[in-house]
Amino acid sequence: MERPLTGRMRPGEGPVDLTAYENAGGYGALKKALHQMAPQEVIQLVKDANLRGRGGAGFPAGIKWSSVPSGNDSPRPKYVVADADEMEPGTFKDRFLMEGDPHQLIEGVILTSYAIQAEIAYVFIRWEYTRARRLLEQAIAEAYQRNYVGSHILGTAYSLELKLHVSAGRYITGEASSMLNSLEGRRAVPRPRDPLPTLSGLWGKPTVTHNVETLCNVPHIVNNGAEWFKSLGRTQDAGTKIYGVSGKVNTPGCWELPMGVTVREILEGHAGGMRDGLTLRGFLPGGASTDFLTDQHLDLPMDFESIQKAGSRLGTGGIVVLDDQTCPVGMVYNLIAFFARESCGWCTPCREGLPWLAEMLAAIEKGEGRPQYLEILADQCRLLGPGNTFCPLASGAVEPLQSALKYFREDFERHIREKRCPWR
Amino acid sequence: MVTIYVDNMSYEVREGQNLLGACLSLGFDIPHFCWHPALHSVGSCRLCAVKIFRDENDTRGRIFMSCMTPATDGVRISINDAEVRHFRASVIEWLMLNHPHDCPVCDEGGECHLQDMTVMTGHAYRRTHKKKRTYPNQNLGPFINHEMNRCIQCYRCVRFYRDYAGGRDLDAFGVHSRMYFGRFKEGTLENEFSGNLVEICPTGVFTDKTLKKHYTRKWDLQTAPSICVHCGLGCNIIAGERYSTLRRILNRYNGQVNGYFLCDRGRFGYEFVNRDRRIREPLARTGQGESALQPITPDEALNRLADLIRSSSCMIGIGSPRASLEANFALRALVGEENFSTGMAQAEQDRVSLIADVLRDSPVRSASLLALESADAALVLGEDVTNTAPMMALYLRQSVRQKPMAIADRLKIPRWLDAAVRGAVQEEKGPLFIATPAATGLDDVAAETLRAAPDDIARLGLAVAHELDNHAPRVADLSAEQHALAATIAKALREAERPVVVSGTSSMSPAIIQAAANVARALHAHGLDVRLSFVVPECNSMGAVLMSGFSIEEAVERAETGPIDAVILLENDLCTRAPRELLSKLRASCKNLVVIDHCLTESAADADLVLPAGTFAESQGTLVNNEGRAQRYYAVFPPHEPIRESRHWLREAMIAAGRMKSEQWESFDDLVTQLARTLPVFEAVSNIAPPAGFRIVGRKVARQPHRYSGRTAMLANVAVEEPPPPLDRDSALSFSMEGFQGISPPALTPRYWAPGWNSVQALNKFQEEIAGPLRGGDPGRRLIEPSDKASRNYFDQIPNAFLPHDGEWLILPAYHIFGSEELSVLSPAIAERAPIAYLALNAEDAKSLGVSEEVLAGVEFAGIWVSLPVQIIVGLPQGIALVPKGLERLKGIALPVRTRIRKAETGEQR
Repeated sequence: MERPLTGRMRPGEGPVDLTAYENAGGYGALKKALHQMAPQEVIQLVKDANLRGRGGAGFPAGIKWSSVPSGNDSPRPKYVVADADEMEPGTFKDRFLMEGDPHQLIEGVILTSYAIQAEIAYVFIRWEYTRARRLLEQAIAEAYQRNYVGSHILGTAYSLELKLHVSAGRYITGEASSMLNSLEGRRAVPRPRDPLPTLSGLWGKPTVTHNVETLCNVPHIVNNGAEWFKSLGRTQDAGTKIYGVSGKVNTPGCWELPMGVTVREILEGHAGGMRDGLTLRGFLPGGASTDFLTDQHLDLPMDFESIQKAGSRLGTGGIVVLDDQTCPVGMVYNLIAFFARESCGWCTPCREGLPWLAEMLAAIEKGEGRPQYLEILADQCRLLGPGNTFCPLASGAVEPLQSALKYFREDFERHIREKRCPWR
Repeated sequence: MVTIYVDNMSYEVREGQNLLGACLSLGFDIPHFCWHPALHSVGSCRLCAVKIFRDENDTRGRIFMSCMTPATDGVRISINDAEVRHFRASVIEWLMLNHPHDCPVCDEGGECHLQDMTVMTGHAYRRTHKKKRTYPNQNLGPFINHEMNRCIQCYRCVRFYRDYAGGRDLDAFGVHSRMYFGRFKEGTLENEFSGNLVEICPTGVFTDKTLKKHYTRKWDLQTAPSICVHCGLGCNIIAGERYSTLRRILNRYNGQVNGYFLCDRGRFGYEFVNRDRRIREPLARTGQGESALQPITPDEALNRLADLIRSSSCMIGIGSPRASLEANFALRALVGEENFSTGMAQAEQDRVSLIADVLRDSPVRSASLLALESADAALVLGEDVTNTAPMMALYLRQSVRQKPMAIADRLKIPRWLDAAVRGAVQEEKGPLFIATPAATGLDDVAAETLRAAPDDIARLGLAVAHELDNHAPRVADLSAEQHALAATIAKALREAERPVVVSGTSSMSPAIIQAAANVARALHAHGLDVRLSFVVPECNSMGAVLMSGFSIEEAVERAETGPIDAVILLENDLCTRAPRELLSKLRASCKNLVVIDHCLTESAADADLVLPAGTFAESQGTLVNNEGRAQRYYAVFPPHEPIRESRHWLREAMIAAGRMKSEQWESFDDLVTQLARTLPVFEAVSNIAPPAGFRIVGRKVARQPHRYSGRTAMLANVAVEEPPPPLDRDSALSFSMEGFQGISPPALTPRYWAPGWNSVQALNKFQEEIAGPLRGGDPGRRLIEPSDKASRNYFDQIPNAFLPHDGEWLILPAYHIFGSEELSVLSPAIAERAPIAYLALNAEDAKSLGVSEEVLAGVEFAGIWVSLPVQIIVGLPQGIALVPKGLERLKGIALPVRTRIRKAETGEQR
């Protein structure tokens, strides 16, 4: 099984340093692209490889790149921003990649920048990721020293500035347009969906934003080609994916596996199954803002289409497991309270609706819930649905709640009926 | 035009707008908060949701925000769909989770957009049981009251204050459900347009602090359409009264003039109407010589004036640039055309006359404020508009957004999609050039600024004109730097589509006005749609000049040399408009000085007979603004006897003196008819508003709302029977709640109200199209139009470059929005914001004089040394000093003046 993203990492040996990275063929893709490929060819290659965004939405990267205006009269400078503001609960894959192999991300950023002919690239990193920040700072300095980035990269006509920006730390900056606002020094609130950042992004200029994991795939695609990349996936989705598992399993962690591996393989194979005495009640397949699935979904392939068909989303691929000894109401309350706190305060439903949900869930959990709450909760989940809020934060936030109301309704009713939490 | 379907009915609407604007224009009620017609769409409140259907077979539809969605051809929407109504009610429910139910004690209650929207969506019952969140409030200074608990986070305040008005000291703080809208640190809101927060805020967070001191509900206010008297722009206002006290000023929309906004001087300067300085009864000197002014009865006063008129062989009438056309005309009729003075100092009159001549004789149109807002390049010569004509600054600030809109257009972003437009345009600004002696409040958005003496500003303007057109005179001896600047400016103006040239009287330099005229003329020669905008000093400066008369200086000279028996001074204080010595000279040479005014000025205090006049709030009249637009204002309440309107005093005295028959000028309209007949320039004034006989379904327009309360009890302490409401013979408005309450002709609109719309946002029902003209047309008529003949050639006088004189400084006035205007500064809230007297110098001059911000400077004015604290102004040209205009301490000083400055000696007058 090929593990292009994590293959260079050696557990217990620290991060892959520049020498190790270069010895393993690192920056070879950059040399190949710069010397042998036109920017358009890189875009076409990534398009052919069917690389889809690993940040949650799964948007095809090649299509994103080709929507950037090209040509001599296109607006300049153009930007690439790597979203390393990983804050989705249950997700720690980007951290794993940055702490394990920082140069891989940098090479991906440079290649992406070359493809769209960007002049400036940023890595927008979460404040709490201090270790990754240190490693990236060093890696960027090394890349500058080796002229992998900077002016006239490797003797070619192409130049790129690469900067590391440390985020002030808000969940909302995982949403691309809020991240751009934040990077500009404005309030981290989302922008209207149109125009797309590829037309009017950072400082009003064409901008490509990508999740760290997406960018890390680019060097490997350039090195090995589109067919190779497509062959990595088990289903129609190409490549590998870093899947993570948290919750009361025997060996929580994250692993690079072929796209489309089944949930069961991940949970029972890699995560070692449930801890003794516990049984699985449900899981969030792709981070906290995805709908619960249950044991009936264990044999589904973890890819974009299959999970969507089952009523949830692949999201970040960070699986959060709910066991039978943990209160689902308490878990959902914890999540909703997180999202209420992380609302940016821009639009009414999210800013006011989420705290109200949190308040009702807290009451239910404390045994103070009223029977009408269940109806209000369900109604609120619909009202906070996609399109009704300015950005997807609230719509994602209610996904675990709306599915919990479907799969664990009896638990909610019991809390209200017995005026207590049965797990306490 | 495109066709849209609203709940299955088809409508034709203008292309390129959003669905919310289109539907409101069609008369539909779609609730909304964050969208404002001047601030456009950001989509944060989510209240204006509608359903959109794919086609006629789509029955489910999807929810969209109408403010964020373009009205495209064939779009099918539903406002009444049950699901979307539920969603809108839910938005209100979310906001009401924390909004206090303190409407009965909230200043906004009864005119609250949030109340209206809550009722409109049908949300009524509270389903949450938690405590509401609370916030500390801030003291934001004398204008604005802050009550954060009521905030519904619509972001309108910061979007207006920061994005639109350019303010820096109000912002959105905090995050999630703990947002805070206020200042970083408690303190006075600094922006000159902060008062608009009162109307922008959809609920009671920002309310009028001056109203709070004499609070009255909207439904208990008697209101009338009026015109602001505190500068020459003629912004339209709604003034409200109860118990003979003027309570507040609100914006009255005029699509051509002030649009949705007012400046803080206009909004909060009204309290002079209620102050102790008011003259409330006739006063006269009973004995000879130095005896004091004593109250007399109105009849006695009239008899005295009539006696004077009968016995005088020659009287001089000094009118006023702050009195209405009608009052000035009545005085002119009394004393005779040849004895009428405009009440302006010679130099000022010359400057305003020059402006009138330029506008009359040039092919270039004068700019409305609307035209300033849509200009795509602007050159400001010698005007600190923020302080001399504040609303002009607000709209010039918008003009710099015009040119960069091309960026949004290229990206196919609709111009109303504000968040996206600002994201794309960023800090790009169109060309705005400002040349003034000192820094101005618009410099932050200017492409280039020049700090120079008035003569050098004129030279720059003339050089720009020459760059544009070789026929314009050439300016010799320009430095390379000045030449380059002139070329840059000329290029930017030339490349614009709708450039505007702004200048005015405040630099006290005719050469600057001529330079502006040359630039505009040169741009016109290139075929550009150029506009000229001149700032004039007062609310009726233009009207007084159009009426024509001689200056104050000439009036005084005539009094000194000729056989003048009496001088009547109408709504004028000579010390405000001319050096103090002129009043002394007039007093020394004239046996009888009659003053008709509303406030006890220095001139009134010096008079032999004083007649108490109504202020703008108690009078009806016409003012001509800087654009040359004649606009009517109406009495908000009848003057309290023995206060009378100036024109009434004059007419009654003429009748008493046998100069006029009692049936003449019986009504205001008669007077206007005669004005128009006598002076053809005012012909259009007869048509600027409906006549007094105008009725809607047989009724006058009611000044009081239909819910006006307490009429039977208001005077119960005096007499228990209910007196009939006062008659208004002069207008089609009634001093009563009886009358028409609907949408009246714009010139008569006393307030904005429509069923379901109790707040100022009811305005949308009064407009033909959102942010377009009012239904029935924007009121007012332009009296000056450009002439096609374009007889005048370029002005060819070129001033010499300014050279500092050894030991002498050129002292120029510095204008202050709060403090420099005669009437508003009598209002306590404005007075609190006025500066103390100072002398401004640049750092080198101050150093050479041995003065500093710690060491007083002495300035010689007409032989008297006055000591003033020093302010260092960076960039002020050497040899130029500034003193604030209009402050009590510096009244009656002739400016500009070349004079000596020294380090103050002890014992000099402070």
